[in-house]
Amino acid sequence: MNDPEIMARLRELLQDQPLAVLATRNPDGLHGSLVAFAATDDLRELVFVTNRATRKYANLQADNRVVLVMDNRTNDLRDFYNAAAVTVYGRAEEAAGPARDELERRFVARHGHLGQFAAAPTCAVFRVTVERCSLVRRFQEVTDVVMTP
Amino acid sequence: MTAALSLREITAADTPRVGGKTAALAELARRGVPVAPGVCLPVDVYGEFVSATGLAGRIHLELNRKRFADMRWEEIWDVALRIRNHFLRTDIPSPLRDRLAATVAGHFGDAAVIVRSSAPGEDSGGTSFAGLHESYVNVTGADSVLEHVRLVWASLWSDRALLYRRELGLDTERSAMAVLIQRLVRGERSGVAFGVHPQDADRAVVEAVHGLNQGLVDGLVAPDRWILDRATGRILEHHPAERRWWMVPSPAGTERQALPAARRRHPPLAEPDVDRVFRQVRLAEEVFGPPQDMEWTFCGDDLHILQSRPVTTAPAGGDDDNRAWYLSLTRSLENLQALRVRIETDIVPGMDAAARALADTACEGLSDGDLAAEIRRRADIHRHWKQVYWDDLIPFAHGIRLFGQYYNDVIRPADPYEFMSLLASTGLQSVRRNERLDGLAAEVRQDAQLASSLRDNAWDRLPPAYLAALDDTLREFGTPAWGLAERRALAGVVLEMAKMSGSRADIRDPAGLRTAFLAAVPPARRELAGDILDLARHSYRWRDDDNIHLGKVERELHRAVAEARHRLAGRFGERVTAWTAETVAVVLEDPAQAPPVEAPPAPDGAAAATAPHTEPRQLVGQPAGPGVATGFARRVRSAADIGRFRAGEILVCDAVDPNMTFLVPLAAAIVERRGGMLIHGAIIAREYGLPCVTGVPDAIRRIRDGDRITVDGYIGVVIVQRQR
Repeated sequence: MNDPEIMARLRELLQDQPLAVLATRNPDGLHGSLVAFAATDDLRELVFVTNRATRKYANLQADNRVVLVMDNRTNDLRDFYNAAAVTVYGRAEEAAGPARDELERRFVARHGHLGQFAAAPTCAVFRVTVERCSLVRRFQEVTDVVMTP
Repeated sequence: MTAALSLREITAADTPRVGGKTAALAELARRGVPVAPGVCLPVDVYGEFVSATGLAGRIHLELNRKRFADMRWEEIWDVALRIRNHFLRTDIPSPLRDRLAATVAGHFGDAAVIVRSSAPGEDSGGTSFAGLHESYVNVTGADSVLEHVRLVWASLWSDRALLYRRELGLDTERSAMAVLIQRLVRGERSGVAFGVHPQDADRAVVEAVHGLNQGLVDGLVAPDRWILDRATGRILEHHPAERRWWMVPSPAGTERQALPAARRRHPPLAEPDVDRVFRQVRLAEEVFGPPQDMEWTFCGDDLHILQSRPVTTAPAGGDDDNRAWYLSLTRSLENLQALRVRIETDIVPGMDAAARALADTACEGLSDGDLAAEIRRRADIHRHWKQVYWDDLIPFAHGIRLFGQYYNDVIRPADPYEFMSLLASTGLQSVRRNERLDGLAAEVRQDAQLASSLRDNAWDRLPPAYLAALDDTLREFGTPAWGLAERRALAGVVLEMAKMSGSRADIRDPAGLRTAFLAAVPPARRELAGDILDLARHSYRWRDDDNIHLGKVERELHRAVAEARHRLAGRFGERVTAWTAETVAVVLEDPAQAPPVEAPPAPDGAAAATAPHTEPRQLVGQPAGPGVATGFARRVRSAADIGRFRAGEILVCDAVDPNMTFLVPLAAAIVERRGGMLIHGAIIAREYGLPCVTGVPDAIRRIRDGDRITVDGYIGVVIVQRQR
């Protein structure tokens, strides 16, 4: 089944939202942080940038499974029925060489003001391969989107 | 902080805050027209109440849990019921409450008042929505007035108002309700006046009754009617009424009583009075512009104006606009009690007689042409009874709603559907049928020989008494429209039932609830409460049983169609099973008319194979039977699916058909695309204590056989744990 309305809403969240909550894990537990991200046109890949001294970077070295959450809430009562949120499940890997340059371009195209940050030699560019998304609408209507390769 | 506004101080500029009804009365009062003194709680007070109590958020959640376009009328009624219950259970917080109580006491003391809705937009834009919201007559004392203010606020979200929400501009975020509280004028003669006759632009109309005008407005008391020349006011015609009833104030508000003989002899208005009313309606037209529709009352010789709004015709919809039909479902206790008599003495016996007469006609010996004619005859008979079902049996279900609202007003329960427990255990035929199947299953549990004979469909090896009992069950409970009449399918169900430990019918004892309900009603109204409950129990029982009776007629139609399909199968194969009764009849007469074979759908392209695909994870419907269950889904779409159903599976269907109720005792839970508390699935799920979620859009397409699903009947969601 392929519900075009679901796909359109997913596209809005992945392409219009600037920020996502990123969850990573380490042997002691879980870690959540807020990151700027960009998505490819086919929604199969996300890119984010982080300093190599961060906890999320260390966590990703040990376990590359990630969850990202994006939503379009406006922080008022309407959110409970108007807002949509997506939980993205995927694997993150640091990019190097020409691939890094390509992803960095994509990231900076979305977040022009972060160009200097993304280009810093201390920062790593991560590619997230999206495996599955869970889209929540109207408070509790949930649809999974499976990204077949 | 918002203050109440007295009618004297309201100007046209206040209309958006006080609503058209209040603004019009204030304007008339300013022009010297006699209007009962009153005070308006503007929309700001409503806003303060719903935001201070968190009610605003709950209303938004209730209204938006599903797309409005996906909701059936019955679901809209459910939403309105739940919202109303939120209002009933939410007290006005004390600073606001104290302020309002002081206002009411200051203006009215212990005098009786009328508490009226005055929603902005209600009477605007050339469209009048009279009667969508509530008004309460003869309310006394600040506490009671504030209780009724809450009910008027709740009526902003009545099912009637929700149906016309687009025309009303009923935006869930901005809508609000103003309330007008006026001193009650104990009118002795009352009525309405139309500045222009709805069908004749040169005439005007005055209608009058003895007593309060609620009887006229609600259609309970027939009025005398005068037709006047609109230009001169000359009376052209007088149509006297029978004058049997009048509405008078009573402890419960108002009640209809027999009109005393002395008054019956005289029309409510003498000709000079008709003239006075006519002059007021013309004066109002000068004030407001368009011709007016005015409510008025005489107290002694004093004429009071109760309401004035532009004359409009009923809001029109397209041909597919059935909202007027829906609104006609709202019926009084007396109307429903009369309908019950007709259903029990006339309609249902008529259905049964029609089915019996058809059962006596054999179809096997008919020629193809005669069989085609017989199919059409049966289709006509079935259509007739189906229309009766829509016209009389569906409206009778309103008795359940009448009681539901009454019960919630009295008890204010945490569960707005608690009242359903008092209606269960009324001996539904489907439950009795299932009890009989339980008996057949119990014998199978004891007797391996019997089980194996049933499994093999070896009818001749069954004890004759057992076979007779099986056939009796089929015959007595009728229908199996889609082929369950075959013993084979029934035998399968009995074998499945035998796997279960015992009867699943979980009949709860509603006696305690009933006692508590009647005790909570003031003694003077206990008899009425008992009558409403009694009616609702019959309404509930017929809600399920009517289908079984209609199903008997349908079965006879299907018998004729089945014979035709049997004759045509040799030539056209499987596809005859998809043809309608009419198609079957056409092809019987002329095989060349057979519909062409449909081409199979084109296979998906290669691109589709790699595209992302969507799978439901959590589906939202309406909570229709409390409880939770997890199990494997089994979709039931046709007779063939019935045989596949296994004990402990979750029944997923488009709409529970009376035939499927066979499966209910086997099921762990029910999921249904159709929504609402009064649908058969919800009723029978309640009867068996099964978790049930209704109103799940596209349930049968989005859930697949073998999906492991959790049905949460408390909050109305279905969670797909794992797709097959």
